[in-house]
Amino acid sequence: MKKNVNINVEYLTRVEGHGNIVINVKDGKLETCRLDIVEAPRFFEGMLRGRYVFEAQHITSRICGICACGHTLASIQAAEEALGITPTEQTIKLRKLLLHLEILDSHILHIYLLVAPDLLGVKSFAPLISSHNEVVRRALRMKKTCNDLCDVLVGRHVHPISAIVGGFTKLPRPKDLDAMLNMLTGMRTDMEATVELAASLRFPEFERDTEYVALVSDDAEYPLLMGDIGSTDGIRMNKKDYRKITNEFIVPHSSAKHAKLSRESYAVGALARFNLNSEKLHPKAKEIAVAVGLKPKCINPYLNTVAQLIESVHCLEDAIAIVEDLKSKPMNYDEELVVGLNEQHSGDEFGKAVYCLINVGLVFLFFGQLVLGVLGISVSSFAIAGGIAYFGRGTHVMATPLG
Amino acid sequence: MKKPNVGIFDFACCEGCQLQIANMGEDVLDVLGSINVLEWREVMSEKWGKNLDIAIIEGSITDPHAVKRIQQIRKKAKVLITIGSCATIGGVNGMKNNFDLNDIRQYVYGGSYRFFPTELTKAVHQVVKVDYFVHGCPMYIPEFVTVIKAALQGIPYYVPDYPVCVECKLNENVCMYDRKVTCLGPVTKAGCNSWCINNGNICYGCRGMVSNPNEKGAKDVLAKYRIPLELILNKMNMYNKCRELG
Repeated sequence: MKKNVNINVEYLTRVEGHGNIVINVKDGKLETCRLDIVEAPRFFEGMLRGRYVFEAQHITSRICGICACGHTLASIQAAEEALGITPTEQTIKLRKLLLHLEILDSHILHIYLLVAPDLLGVKSFAPLISSHNEVVRRALRMKKTCNDLCDVLVGRHVHPISAIVGGFTKLPRPKDLDAMLNMLTGMRTDMEATVELAASLRFPEFERDTEYVALVSDDAEYPLLMGDIGSTDGIRMNKKDYRKITNEFIVPHSSAKHAKLSRESYAVGALARFNLNSEKLHPKAKEIAVAVGLKPKCINPYLNTVAQLIESVHCLEDAIAIVEDLKSKPMNYDEELVVGLNEQHSGDEFGKAVYCLINVGLVFLFFGQLVLGVLGISVSSFAIAGGIAYFGRGTHVMATPLG
Repeated sequence: MKKPNVGIFDFACCEGCQLQIANMGEDVLDVLGSINVLEWREVMSEKWGKNLDIAIIEGSITDPHAVKRIQQIRKKAKVLITIGSCATIGGVNGMKNNFDLNDIRQYVYGGSYRFFPTELTKAVHQVVKVDYFVHGCPMYIPEFVTVIKAALQGIPYYVPDYPVCVECKLNENVCMYDRKVTCLGPVTKAGCNSWCINNGNICYGCRGMVSNPNEKGAKDVLAKYRIPLELILNKMNMYNKCRELG
C-alpha cells in the first residue's frame, strides 16, 4: 500500500536541548527525514578566545548542566597538557570518582525520568507519581544521593566548584570520605531495585549497524577519563588528533555540528563504551550484562539505556572502591590549591606567564562530549526514524551546539 | 486554594537550573504537590500552550525567534520567574557580546554562519517584564524554594542587595584577597551563601552586581593588592557583560 506520512514534531520533549523531527513519506517513498537542531547557538569556541586558561574550565562547564563535570574534567586535562602540568595520583583518583558520580547521576536521570515513561506508556514521570510512587521516589532519592555526593566532593554537581586546573581547591576530610562511603554503599539497595526494574522493561527491536567510538586503553581499567580514542571499525588515535576523529561538518538544519569517522556517522555514549570495553567492566556490572543478555557488538540503539544501567552498577562499585582506597591512607592536604595562581603583583609577569589564549578550546569541547559520550549526532536519517529513545541521551548534543 | 498552573521553559542555556529542580530529590514532590506543572519540555511530553499562573524561564534571549517566544509566554503568564544567570543577567552567553557578532559567528560556523541567526545576548528582563529573579549559575536551591513560596503567596521577594562578602564573613572563610587571588565577592549580590568561596574557589559574579557597589572601597582593594582594573573588568565580563545593554 502506498502510504503518505507527514510528521512534524516541534520541540522534542524529554531530551536536553531543542530539536524538531521532520518526516515526509509520499506514495510510500521517503522524501524527508531530518532531525533539526534548533538550539540557539552559544558560540563557546569563540567566547573562549582571550580568556585565561584557568577560566576555561569554569566557562566550558556551562556548556551543559547535566554533564558539567565531564566538560570540566575534559577542559582541565586539555589545559594541563597545554601547560605541561602532570596531575598527582591523588588528584586523578578524585577526578575518576567525580566522573563516576556524574555518570551515575546522568544515567539515573535518563533511565528513570526520560526513558521509563515511554516504556511504561505515559507521557512523563508526572503520572507515575501516583501510579508508581515508590519508583519515582527511588529515582529522586538516587539522584539526590549523587548530587549530595558531588556537594561533598566538589561543592555541587551542576558546575562543580573545587575541580580546577592542577587539582582541587578543597579536598575531602576523613569525615567527608566516611560520609561518601555511607551514601555510596547505601545506594546499593536502590541500585538492585533499579536493575530489577530495568531488566523487566521491554525495548523495541531495532537494529542499525554503525561505528561506535569511545575511549580505549591498554590497561585493565574501564576507560572513562583517560586513554586514546578507539572505534569498533578498528580506529585508534591519540586525543591530540581529535580533529581527525571529529571531522566536523555543518548542515543547514542543525546548529549542532555533525561528525563522521570511517562511515557517514558514528555513535558515542554508554553503548559505544560497552561495545569497545565491556570486558573491563566491574565483575558486578558484567554479571548484569550476562543476566540481561547484552553482548558486544550490540547495534540496537534503544539498548543504550541497558548499557547505561550496566555502567551505573560499574560506576557505583568502582566509586566505592576508590573511596575505600582513599580512606586507606592519609590524604595529602598540601595538594589543596588556591584558584589559578597568584594574579597579584601581576599585570606584567602574570600576563606573560599564563595569559594563554585558548585556541585549544575545541579540545575542551570535544573531550567534554566524548567523556560523557554525547557526540553521536551525525546520525543518518534512518536512525532518527528508529532511534528516538536513544537520543534521550544522545541529544545532549542539542544543548551543546557548542557552537 | 486552587493549585496554580505552572510552565517551565528554556532558552539559550545549559539547562542546569532545571536540573537543580530535579536535584531536590524527594522534596521536589512537595513542590510539585503544591502546583500543577503543565509544561516542562526537558522532562515532560505534555504540552499546554494556554494561560498560566506562573511561567518559569531559564536561559538568555539570543535570537529573533526567542524574542517572539518569550513575548508570547509573557502574554500568557500572570507571573514570570527567571532562574539562573543566563536568564537573570545574561550570564556566560553575554561573553558573545565581547565580540563583533559576524566575527564570532564566522569563527564557529565558517562560511555557513548565516544559517544560524543570532543577535546580542540579552537577559529576559531586557526583553519582557520579569516578576521574580532567582540568580546564580546554577541557581541556589534554597533561594528557588523561597521565591516559589513568595510567588504562591503573591508577595515580593527581595534579592539581597549586599555583597557576597557579608555571607562569606559569616561562613568564616579566609578572604581570597588575603589568599592572594582576586574575587568578585565585594561587588556581587549575596544570596548564594558564598557557595564558591566555601569550596575554595573565588566568586565569578554570577549573581550580578549589587545596585550600589562600594566603588571607592573596591578601588582601594585593587590598589592595595596592585591589581590592574582591566583584570577585574575582564572577569566581570564573564557573567555581567549584558549590563551594558541597560
